[in-house]
Amino acid sequence: MTHRLLQEEDMQKENLGEVLRKHPFVGNLGEKYLQTLVGCAKNVHYKEGEYLCHEGEAADWFFLIRSGRIALEIHAGHKGKRRVQTIGPGEVLGWSWLISPYRWHFDGCAVAEVGALALDGKCLRTKCDKDHDFGYEMLKRLSDVFQSRMEATRLQLLDVYGSR
Amino acid sequence: MSQPYSAEVDVLADPMLPELQIIRRIVWETDDTFTLQLENLNHGARKFLFLPGQFNMLYVFGIGESAISISSDPSKTNMLSHTIHRVGTVTNALASMKRGDIIGLRGPFGSNWPIETANGLDVCIVAGGIGLAPLRPVLYSLFRRRRDYGRVLLLYGARSPLDLLYRVELEQWSKQYDVEVLVTVDRSDSTWKGYIGVVPNLFSYIKLDARATLAMVCGPEVMMEYTIAEILRRGVPPEQIYLSMERNMKCAVGFCGHCQYGPKFICKDGPVFGLPQISGFFGKKEI
Repeated sequence: MTHRLLQEEDMQKENLGEVLRKHPFVGNLGEKYLQTLVGCAKNVHYKEGEYLCHEGEAADWFFLIRSGRIALEIHAGHKGKRRVQTIGPGEVLGWSWLISPYRWHFDGCAVAEVGALALDGKCLRTKCDKDHDFGYEMLKRLSDVFQSRMEATRLQLLDVYGSR
Repeated sequence: MSQPYSAEVDVLADPMLPELQIIRRIVWETDDTFTLQLENLNHGARKFLFLPGQFNMLYVFGIGESAISISSDPSKTNMLSHTIHRVGTVTNALASMKRGDIIGLRGPFGSNWPIETANGLDVCIVAGGIGLAPLRPVLYSLFRRRRDYGRVLLLYGARSPLDLLYRVELEQWSKQYDVEVLVTVDRSDSTWKGYIGVVPNLFSYIKLDARATLAMVCGPEVMMEYTIAEILRRGVPPEQIYLSMERNMKCAVGFCGHCQYGPKFICKDGPVFGLPQISGFFGKKEI
């Protein structure tokens, strides 16, 4: 991971499985595939103000958020840093690990202390390539994330609170 | 759709005849939104009784009238508040008025939020932008009888942190009245530590007891459309979802037809509707 982990608990693998199971992204995933995820997961914490990812860096990890809040930031030239969205408990941060060229498209800053499960995207990519059924499961779940983000972005673009 | 409610409502002798009101206070909530506090010029002659969700026609002499929701506490009958977004000729004229100026007022008109129906239930209030104004009287009413209701949730969205209405009250409500307040903005710089995103996203962070929840939604129509889809997805029955609609109003008593909405008139049958009343045409672009 290119970013700093503040604390990494030595969580037992079976315990990690239970924690993963509680996250909506994992939910009803079959036991075999859950174990695949467990093999690539770590429990991580970030303090307020710390960054989970930086634009342009290798997207080797993605995060299932358990607590706290992360602001997605984009550098908008002379307008400076713009926060375009926040991600919170039960949500997923990052899909660039699955899409070439596997680079983050924004910065992710913890605006409230974050507890998350970090999943090794590189490791999962290899597993997706080897087992297409598993890859399809991951894609289906991420497609739900794409869809809801796209819907939200469209609504944001409408600027519904504007005067005209 | 009138809901039974303990408060009385004023019935004007002539609903087309404005009564004179004096502007007692003007509070700028944001750059383009302000609250007018009005008092009847014949002070003490009549109390102003209304139900949460109802609106008045505010008349700027020589300019015209505009339908504005009442945003004050229904139990405070000597003073009325209207929170107004300056968007057109009349609201811009209202924005330029000063303390002590006189305006005309007709009302109250329209249907109300189902405060009584919510008795014993969790109440989920969802507001976008100026949509918080007609819901503020609901909150005041719930607070007065807080124990009669289960959880009270307020999900509120605005364009930016500077566009949030009633900022001081938002903080007070969560502290004093056991209200779960979640606020989101569409955009912000790094000084804002709260949520950024659209209102329907906030449902990801709450758990609803769907069968025991009554939802009241008010905001831009497209925001309500997405919000209601989210509420339905979470299993709240359609008959427990209410929303407030907006159309250009003129007469406010169902004569002129300006605010026709499918087979309904917003001024007379609304503005507050139960979802099943309008589900056949809500969200249809032709209507």
